[in-house]
Amino acid sequence: MDKVIMAENLSLAYSSDETIINKVKFSINSGSFVFITGASGSGKSTLLKSLYGGLKPKEGSLIVGGVELRGISSSKLNFLRKHIGIVFQEYKLVKEWTIEKNIRLPLIINGYEKSVTQTQVDSLLKHVRLKHQAGKFPLELSGGEQQRVAMARALAHNPILILADEPTGNLDDYSAELIWNLLVGANEQLKTTVIVVTHHIPEHIKVDYKHYHIEFGRINEVN
Amino acid sequence: MKSIRNHLSLVIALVSILFSIQIFIIVDRSIDAYKENLASNYSVVVVSKMILDANATLNSNKIISEISNLTPDSVIERLNTGMSAKNVELLKLTLPKFYKIKLKYYPTPDEINLLTEKLLQNNSIIKVENFSHNHDTTYKLLLLFKNVISVFSISMLVVTVLLILKELKIWQFKHNERMTVMGLFGAPVWMRSAVLFRLAIVDALIASAFAFILFSIISTDAWVLEQFKYIGIEVVAFDPVYDFLTLTLIAIFLSIVLATLIVLGHKEEV
Repeated sequence: MDKVIMAENLSLAYSSDETIINKVKFSINSGSFVFITGASGSGKSTLLKSLYGGLKPKEGSLIVGGVELRGISSSKLNFLRKHIGIVFQEYKLVKEWTIEKNIRLPLIINGYEKSVTQTQVDSLLKHVRLKHQAGKFPLELSGGEQQRVAMARALAHNPILILADEPTGNLDDYSAELIWNLLVGANEQLKTTVIVVTHHIPEHIKVDYKHYHIEFGRINEVN
Repeated sequence: MKSIRNHLSLVIALVSILFSIQIFIIVDRSIDAYKENLASNYSVVVVSKMILDANATLNSNKIISEISNLTPDSVIERLNTGMSAKNVELLKLTLPKFYKIKLKYYPTPDEINLLTEKLLQNNSIIKVENFSHNHDTTYKLLLLFKNVISVFSISMLVVTVLLILKELKIWQFKHNERMTVMGLFGAPVWMRSAVLFRLAIVDALIASAFAFILFSIISTDAWVLEQFKYIGIEVVAFDPVYDFLTLTLIAIFLSIVLATLIVLGHKEEV
């Protein structure tokens, strides 16, 4: 099976004197669903950040989608990010744009034509049950609704990889359920690799997943 | 409303800069026009033992535009108390020759001194009257006026640049989030900063339009025209094509510099 992520002797750090992830080795198969858990401050969000090039490896090698992230140029990083969908706990929506425009963003960046983007955006708005809110701005929506917009944005360009950092951390049950269904749906129907960083794996989730746990800077495979 | 306020703060800062630049241009033009006016009324008087070669004198210094004879007839006429025509002719021959030298432009005190020295190198010339005291006073007054306006324009420029830098911080904060999010989805730098550059150019065009209206009114104002008339000069206070283009280019240049600084100072917060 193809590996979408390969890490070899990978160390991550924000400063030279404190290493968060220490010389780890792991790989993730294409099309898999992965949970990364760990205590607060264990480095799980740091690891996720490194996967989209938000933090460059201090040491070792990290290959995502066939692209080596150590010493990566900004144009290569942009190319890689065009194929990744990211969901943050704090949504990271552009406040001065309508939710429709927020969802359209990855499609514009990927150079899709307006007719295509409109069909895709309409379909995604229907999926996240926000069709009636299309013209609203993020701050006019609840936290759950904003996260659904962020989820729709992450799925818009059919990425090969979805990275989600505590995607349901602050959400009501209804929105959380919807987010999990969308992530599982993308994984099962589109074969998108999904990596979710979370404190707790939802008990009711109906997908075959891999579980990694981070502790003391090391990554351990749980199942 | 907030967006209009954000636009206005940059537009006002840009208009202030354009205002100080155009005021400086007007003052510079007025001084040049006044200098021209002074130059046409100013001349140097040369006294020579012998008749001067007009062409050689003209070529001796590039600021000389014209050399003409000053006839002593009127003086001799006043002194003539029954002198014979022959004696008058003899007197004329023995009298030194007087010349009036006109200059191409109003010279600086240094240029005047240089010209005097150069003329005195001619052995025939015994005296050069350059009216240096009057000339120096007028020239220094002009210089003082120009310096005062320059200092005023520079201080205005500094204050507005500081205002723009403050504006830059607000813009940086405002656009950082959008640029970061776009970067997370792989947008190249030009795409991330396109909105910023578009806004900056729109603000520059708005500021130029304001400046155009403002200076069109000022340049046709009767009071302003009257002031120029009093001094005896004709000045184009605002050329609707040349000046407008200059101000627009300056405004666009400044706002592009501003936008570039924001893009360069952008730190991806992920």
